[in-house]
Amino acid sequence: MTTPVHEIPVLEIKDLQVAFRAGKKLIPAVRGASLMVYPGQTVAIVGESGSGKSTTAHAVIDLLPGTGVITGGQILFEGRDIAGAKKSDILALRGSSIGLVPQDPMTNLNPLWRVGTQIKEALVANDIATGKDADRRVVELLEEAGLPDAESRARQFPHEFSGGMRQRALIAMGLAARPKLLIADEPTSALDVTVQKQILDHLDSLTDELGVAVLLITHDLGLAAERADHLVVMYKGQVVESGPAREILQDPRHPYTKRLVSSAPSLASQRLSSERARIQIKEQAVQTAAEIAEEVATHDDEFGEGQQTVVEAKGLTKDFVLRGGRPGSSTAFRAVDDVSFKLARGTTTAIVGESGSGKSTVARMVLGLLDATSGTVEFDGVDIMTLSSKKQQLALRRQMQPVFQNPYASLDPLYSIYRSIEEPLRTHHIGTDKERETRIRDLLDKVSLPAAVMRRFPNELSGGQRQRVAIARALALEPEVVILDEAVSALDVLVQAQILNLLNDLQAELGLSYLFITHDLAVVRQIADNVLVMQNGKVVETSTVSTVFDSPREEYTRRLLDAIPGGSIPLAT
Amino acid sequence: MPESYKLPPPGQERFLAPIDETPLEETGTLDTSSPPESQWKEAWKDLRRNWLFWVSAAMILLVLVVVIAPGLFTDLDPNRADLSKSLDPSSSGHIAGYDKQGYDVFARMIYGARASVLVGLLTTILVVVLGIATGAVAGFYGGWLDSLISRVADVFFAIPLLLGALVMLSVINNRFPDRGEFGAIIAVVTALGLFGWPQITRIARGQVLQVKNMEFIDAARAIGATKRSNLLRHVIPNSLPPVIVTATVSLGIYIVAEATLSFLGIGLPFGVVSWGNDISAAQNQIRSGQRIGVLFWPAGALAFTALGFILLGDAVSDALNPKRRSE
Repeated sequence: MTTPVHEIPVLEIKDLQVAFRAGKKLIPAVRGASLMVYPGQTVAIVGESGSGKSTTAHAVIDLLPGTGVITGGQILFEGRDIAGAKKSDILALRGSSIGLVPQDPMTNLNPLWRVGTQIKEALVANDIATGKDADRRVVELLEEAGLPDAESRARQFPHEFSGGMRQRALIAMGLAARPKLLIADEPTSALDVTVQKQILDHLDSLTDELGVAVLLITHDLGLAAERADHLVVMYKGQVVESGPAREILQDPRHPYTKRLVSSAPSLASQRLSSERARIQIKEQAVQTAAEIAEEVATHDDEFGEGQQTVVEAKGLTKDFVLRGGRPGSSTAFRAVDDVSFKLARGTTTAIVGESGSGKSTVARMVLGLLDATSGTVEFDGVDIMTLSSKKQQLALRRQMQPVFQNPYASLDPLYSIYRSIEEPLRTHHIGTDKERETRIRDLLDKVSLPAAVMRRFPNELSGGQRQRVAIARALALEPEVVILDEAVSALDVLVQAQILNLLNDLQAELGLSYLFITHDLAVVRQIADNVLVMQNGKVVETSTVSTVFDSPREEYTRRLLDAIPGGSIPLAT
Repeated sequence: MPESYKLPPPGQERFLAPIDETPLEETGTLDTSSPPESQWKEAWKDLRRNWLFWVSAAMILLVLVVVIAPGLFTDLDPNRADLSKSLDPSSSGHIAGYDKQGYDVFARMIYGARASVLVGLLTTILVVVLGIATGAVAGFYGGWLDSLISRVADVFFAIPLLLGALVMLSVINNRFPDRGEFGAIIAVVTALGLFGWPQITRIARGQVLQVKNMEFIDAARAIGATKRSNLLRHVIPNSLPPVIVTATVSLGIYIVAEATLSFLGIGLPFGVVSWGNDISAAQNQIRSGQRIGVLFWPAGALAFTALGFILLGDAVSDALNPKRRSE
């Protein structure tokens, strides 16, 4: 990857202004962005959602959504201004000179067409090849994109492909016409970390080989720094800092870049609270639980005394019945196979694995939302599956609460924030209306939201704010255990860092125990004490966080660790 | 990462935006510039911006005023016939003239609205209540209950609405020949409702299936909410938008269906003033070619009303568009 210094840039964006039309008003989305991409180079635009990074990229290939307009500036492709060019000129560029790898591999392939046909379409549309030639070329392209057995794969439909394979097919399509520039818009954010690494490695070597310049759009600074030569950091539609990738990472100057660097989980390396503080929290939690247990020892529906272990799973197994080939026949699919673990009071145990590893199924069984095929879950020594009376079940609910992944789906859109948080209190007949309101104000304060949020509705809040509300709702019943099912995975890095800090503070304050389900090992390091690594429904490694990071035993764990983007880049501290 | 160039190429030198021009804001601040807005309120705001809504609302309002206070529009009696004036053209006080029986055409059009709109409204209410109840139960509880309800709905869905209602009404006509004006309306509502509910059932069931898998349902379950309270408090309210859209459009369609049944002579009996009956009576004018205008008054009123509801359905559908709601 040697870049001759004096060359015409493939792409030069000068003072680009893009706005979105809302009624008669124009709302600016990109304000005066400038950047350059040289042949064969990888340039990354980094920023949070809403920073204008995707809008900038889409302006280049004229794929702005209907209400978007370029209001100023120039986009020079090989020296020619294409910002005001005719539709037909841009159409001629699209595909043949500028390729695109879109964000979501699940929705960007036509489900009714064979994958090969769709790539062939790209070849035919750009007059590269037709008929038999095109068919041969399709197979070559798929092989090039790293799909084994390309010839039969080309005849398959998108639903027969995994997410990673679809993204490879889309890369093959983007590179079909050998463009000079490839725009990759968050190409791997919908994929598992290990697949992400494979795809990016492959994309790297392929574009090097072909001499294609890449404009990479991402929210992950670690990933950008690892893959790109040049970084452009965008914030609120403006370029706030740009320069050589490593320099920016090691010496960020703009406050926003500094914030990004310090928040990126892949770059941070420490547990958020110190070792000593951790031990204190744990002891405190055990002691408080013991005191509470003594006080309520006379109640028969309460749970046992303050033991070290708050939740214990023994041999959890779950089979799902899949419909078989013939009507009436069925096969069993083992999603979770003999999973055992202990969650110590006041600590965090993380369950890590790729999608399909069964980690969320474990969470649902622990919560009692799903019946286990075999095995038991004990809460304070009591098997939760033997709880028969309504009263006992409700008592368990008060002790264990979930926070789910998708901040857009975890709150009822028709309920105000007040009603959402009130729901658990109401269900358990806690307090009068007045007392509940005080409690809700208190809870909102705990999750650092202003009380004014109460009267708002979920659609008016950002993802991070909704997740805070979800946490407040989970805490309303004063549970001992909170099960966080990918609770920060859908959030931007900055918001993610905030929520992780909040969770850590709450743990210290309330002595909570967390079961933390995630696919991201980088986050684990920031919050967990113990880790369970799951693969195909089985636990492959169990140990403390430091052991897993310093000396992973299993090949699979090592692969997960390697896949953390930017992990290898030294930071100047 | 190449070590070959120490100096970045031109245009890629280190750049830092002036910090005072790009001020940093606190991450995750709350936008309090506008008052709180629920989804329904937001949809209503959207609706108010749509001219289609105002046009259709004005049309429907006019029809409703006619239904509630027909006396405001005419002081003639729609049931008074004067055969001597049969097919007389319009004259002062009788803008639409007289039909073959010597009824005042305009007065009959005004009074005919009541039966038509009543049938449309009652049928829609019946169909929505039946449809949501069956659809929600089928979608939410699943299993054999779902199979049973879905299959029964399929059977009724397979029978054309008009054909089914026709058979049903002829059975009712035979068993209860004298049932009065209101009884007649109830009979038509029953017949149409019996074959109309599966449409809503299907929509409600599909929507419930989607909503019940959302995370806030799991969250409510984890709180300890019972299945039934979950269904009533979360699932059904969130399944309503598409049902409301379909119901609005079908209101117009049921009004047309009633007119069709009456036109065929099996809907409302001739004693009841209704657009369908008048259209039926006026069809002879087409054949004879005399005073075709008699036909246009009730037919025009029918088209106007149906159009009003269908346009409203369109506007409501835009406002409640689930795609717009997702983000």
